[in-house]
Amino acid sequence: MTNSIEELADSNLIIVTGSNTTEAHPVIALRMKRAVRKGAKLIVIDPRKIELTKWADRFVQIKIGTDIPFYNAVANVIINEKLYDEQYVNSRTEGFAEFARHVQHYPPEYAAEVCGVPVEDVYYVAREYAKASPGAAICYTLGITEHSCGSHNVQSLGNLGMLGGNFGAYAGGVNPLRGQNNVQGAGDSGAIPTDLPGYQKLERPGVREKFEAAWGVPLPKRRGITKITAMDQMIKGNVRGVFIMGENTVISDPHANHAEHALKSTEFMVVQDIFLTDTARLADVVLPAAAFAESDGTFANSERRVQRVRAAVKPPGEARQDVDILLDLFGRMGLPQSATTAAEVWDEFRQLAPILAGITYKRLDEGQGIQWPCPDEDHPGTPYLHRDDMDSGMPGFFAPVDHIPPAEEADDEYPIVLTTGRRRSTYHTGTQTGRASGFELLMPHEMCEINPIDAAEMGFEDGDTLVVSSRRGSVTVAAKVTDRSPRGAVFMSFAFPELTRTNDVTSDAYDFITETPEFKACAVKIEKAAEQNLHWKSAQARVRLAGEVVMPTKLKRDAAVAPAGD
Amino acid sequence: MGQDLARPASRARPVPLTHNMKPLNLPLNLQVNGIGVAVPSDARVLDALRKTGFDVPTLCYDERVGPKGTCRMCLVEVTVGGKTQTVASCTSFAAEGSKVETHTEALKDYRRTLLEMLLSETSAPKRFPDDDPTAHSEFYRAVREYDAKPDALPLLERRKPAPDPNPFIQRDYDLCIACYRCTNICNEWEEAGAITVSGRGQDSQIFSFFGNNLLDSPCTFCGQCINTCPTGALTDRKLAGVDPFKTERTRTICPYCGVGCGINLITQDGELAGTQPDFDAPSRGSLCVKGQFASWEFVKSEERLKYPLIRKDGVLQRASWDEALDLVAGKFKQIIEEDGPDSIVCWASARVVTEANYLLQKFARAAIGTNNIDNCSRT
Ligand code: SF4
Ligand code: SF4
Ligand code: FES
Repeated sequence: MTNSIEELADSNLIIVTGSNTTEAHPVIALRMKRAVRKGAKLIVIDPRKIELTKWADRFVQIKIGTDIPFYNAVANVIINEKLYDEQYVNSRTEGFAEFARHVQHYPPEYAAEVCGVPVEDVYYVAREYAKASPGAAICYTLGITEHSCGSHNVQSLGNLGMLGGNFGAYAGGVNPLRGQNNVQGAGDSGAIPTDLPGYQKLERPGVREKFEAAWGVPLPKRRGITKITAMDQMIKGNVRGVFIMGENTVISDPHANHAEHALKSTEFMVVQDIFLTDTARLADVVLPAAAFAESDGTFANSERRVQRVRAAVKPPGEARQDVDILLDLFGRMGLPQSATTAAEVWDEFRQLAPILAGITYKRLDEGQGIQWPCPDEDHPGTPYLHRDDMDSGMPGFFAPVDHIPPAEEADDEYPIVLTTGRRRSTYHTGTQTGRASGFELLMPHEMCEINPIDAAEMGFEDGDTLVVSSRRGSVTVAAKVTDRSPRGAVFMSFAFPELTRTNDVTSDAYDFITETPEFKACAVKIEKAAEQNLHWKSAQARVRLAGEVVMPTKLKRDAAVAPAGD
Repeated sequence: MGQDLARPASRARPVPLTHNMKPLNLPLNLQVNGIGVAVPSDARVLDALRKTGFDVPTLCYDERVGPKGTCRMCLVEVTVGGKTQTVASCTSFAAEGSKVETHTEALKDYRRTLLEMLLSETSAPKRFPDDDPTAHSEFYRAVREYDAKPDALPLLERRKPAPDPNPFIQRDYDLCIACYRCTNICNEWEEAGAITVSGRGQDSQIFSFFGNNLLDSPCTFCGQCINTCPTGALTDRKLAGVDPFKTERTRTICPYCGVGCGINLITQDGELAGTQPDFDAPSRGSLCVKGQFASWEFVKSEERLKYPLIRKDGVLQRASWDEALDLVAGKFKQIIEEDGPDSIVCWASARVVTEANYLLQKFARAAIGTNNIDNCSRT
């Protein structure tokens, strides 16, 4: 995030797009609700009628995968009506003139048609956003990035941020909400093929040399390959060994059959994890690791805040902390390390990564975590980025991006679009929430959320067992009839892989720049299964999806009794 | 029961503002019980007295929803411009040059009487005469501090415990003192609208629609009502049976999403027993259903991996650490030798600590000699 979670409560306006915040980031949603209470406007732009729409001033229900035309048209209105922050644009950005010409190809009427929204929505978003800026925040998550044009989607939001002068503004910014607890930290640490620790580009003069001096070995010059490329290379036989730490690739990756096939094609596979996951089952060596409650170290959250993680108990059996295992392995590879604890590893890391240099365990233990950049030990940390300048010292560049439809669109054979994501009471592949007692009542199994009209047309009822198939595979799943799904599209999570391996179905397309998989759109067909799972029907009778109130049958007659607060 | 496990006295402090957040207001100077203190111009009297190290019971106050001024426990005497007034310190703004008294005899008597009235609404002291399971809760701390007597006033008949079979929240309204912190947090902060108040005064009752069953209500099971309840009327069912006097707490971070809420892991006899929010973290004591109710059971699962495994004759079999790690190192060296370092890839994780990720990328680059390092999420 460019800005802080707490700041959102002070925003003048919040645009939430491609983020089901009340379910995926419930405690960030609290600040959004607070902002609304304090008079901020909330605009939700999403294909699905998510729970957050209950608090929204406007819900713009765009078609899946049409983000770029929408935001380009919004920019078109802001520019043509001269609503942008001229001083900011002149002094801190480049490429405005070309961008202004570019968005002339995206008149509101065109976008309205492509996105399937009233043209008035485009004007509303443009005018309200401009009026509330600076101090208007845009928040997004995977609904924006998990597309084959994901990085262009992000740029189209960045363009708006610059038009409003919202980079470097308190309670403004363009804010990706991070999905997993330490996505931010994994990136910070340099676990990316192009960057050394602290986002120092491999090719930048002096960078590699600095690390060579610190680590005392020559380092490879050539960029590494991403996971997606690596999987293709595995199948081609060019990758012989793989080391996977803490990740259930087989379940979490799109087109799971492909991932499994790729891993099986390697000669030697090592998995370090806390459970014998479907991925670990394929390994040649499995190393038992400590869970978060047994580990010391840090996580960095969505707002770049580094916070301490502390071991409360010992790991089971002979399991060891990830840090210990790796330090041991270094020795056996003939490169013994001087660090022996997480604290010493952190100290080595921060001394090499200027954005983290001022963050010490001592400071973390005394306070509430520190937000990077934090260049020295007297620096309090940085709640919002770009305050005085674009942080790189460079101006922001407007990106003239174009609409690219999802790699796979609905057709006669596969007439429905499947989009995937998270639900509040389940998490990721379900290895953790699936083991918490009581959660089976909140979400007992995977459900395919389908619009009531579509369901009626296809003859499905709530709880029916369906077969959802794409060109890549098929799964069985229970139908959940709900108007959270728009017509023509269904929604599933991937938290119940035992019975419903959703990612057998999802697309193997990915963003051509960041290689983020296109989880958010693939074409499927849906049929009623020959064999019906009657247990599913009864188990889900009382399940409420977020934002829905299910009337118990005996109360249905008296539907006039509305829940408080509604 | 009685799960207020040694909760720190400072409940939920606001996040301090650092240099490049909103500018701080100019400070005001006042005196609390004769001690001078400076506070920002938008501070309340309560902030000033807490900053000075004094405290008063604040039974209806939760910093997240803001002051309600209904319980009157926080009353203090404020003298400004020669005039002395008794005000609720949670709602009143601090005034320049004012003198605040928090513990005059009159105020102490007043608080005791209020507490005795509240005690007459609950049968808790009768139900647990010797061993008070709610010993640590805010309300009973105040009862002890002001020496309020449970039998000072006749016990009132009221509030039948509402049976609610939900697996997360135990609701025992016999212990309720009608401070409404739960309904306030539910309606004004979580905004779930799951619980509400019906009736008035002595007849008032907290309930949820649809037969008082939270599973059928719009409850999100965020658990925030439990963690704000000052009496032990609302408790975490997963902590039932945990002895508050035998537990330890470890401050750490929720293992789920990128919000990174602060949690306290509760351990008893070296075993995980539950979670409570960390009110001193930037998340201000708020959690969602995952952080509150799912953040530790998986750690104790019987299915955890306990030993290294090596594939022998096609099956994974138990091995020693030496065998396993030597095999990994040996095999990697062999692959590097034969096909070069770029024929190995390493994948780090968004679920493990940054230090381990740093080490794995260093391992790939320095020990193997490849930039083939990636992590699982591209959010
Ligand atoms: S758990 Fe959360 S949503 Fe449910 S009643 Fe309590 S405060 Fe309301
Ligand atoms: S408690 Fe919920 S919102 Fe907070 S970090 Fe955990 S999963 Fe995220
Ligand atoms: S805390 Fe001030 S009136 Fe209750």
